[in-house]
Amino acid sequence: MNMEQVVFYFFAAMVLVSAFLVVTMNNLVRSIFLFFVTLFSIAGLYIFALADFVALAQVVIYVGGVLVLMLFAFMLSNKELLNDLKLTKRTALYNFPAILVSVIFLFILINVIVISKPENLNWLQNRINWLQPSDNSVHQIGIQVMTRYLLPFEVVSILLLMALIGAAHIARKDKI
Amino acid sequence: MIPLAHFLIISAILFCIGLYAVLSKKNAIQVLIGIEFMLNAGILNFVAFSKYDRINSGGQVFALFAIVLAAASVAVALAIILNVYKKYNTIDPSKINELRD
Repeated sequence: MNMEQVVFYFFAAMVLVSAFLVVTMNNLVRSIFLFFVTLFSIAGLYIFALADFVALAQVVIYVGGVLVLMLFAFMLSNKELLNDLKLTKRTALYNFPAILVSVIFLFILINVIVISKPENLNWLQNRINWLQPSDNSVHQIGIQVMTRYLLPFEVVSILLLMALIGAAHIARKDKI
Repeated sequence: MIPLAHFLIISAILFCIGLYAVLSKKNAIQVLIGIEFMLNAGILNFVAFSKYDRINSGGQVFALFAIVLAAASVAVALAIILNVYKKYNTIDPSKINELRD
């Protein structure tokens, strides 16, 4: 086992353990801070898939934007909301259907992955098209966004504008 | 070189953890975190496959789009949750059973 694998499986274990703790923890603020650890470790996994720019975007947008938004929205809003957030303990029996559905779904997904053998897919066999660690992927992404994926890019920008206006409209205080 | 199947299995487990949170949690914020887990599992799949697509790099570009959409959805969802709390005094999704008045 070389260094790359050790670090990869360390990050993978950190993602899964912290994600599991996030959904089982009873304290909401603590689980949001653990969510932070999960997102950071997922960014580490992106680096192992040779997507350094996506990892950076994950850290900037998710960790810097989404999490701070979540924390601010609930710490700066009214106090009763925070008092109301004390989570009630649930019995295992109450959660049983959800556990059953997710375990069955996990079983199906892993079964599909094992049967389909993604390594042997036809379109993955072309070795010239494999990303190398020395490649400048940011350069390539920049060119592709402005040429091949220009329409999705514009659609996303319009949608982002709509979400921005919509969120500001919904969150304002006075009645319309 | 990490095999592709390991990325897929990690993202499958992450997706199921998110699914469990969406199905079982009694708090809209935790449901939102579960949705974020599921989105992240999807993005991890995009990125894992983009390792084999150097020329078009479609996986990475669409992973970026998905990250942007997730950020937008969180902003709107938090605004909605705050308004729902103002109206119903609870954010338990199973207790919110009417749309208006």
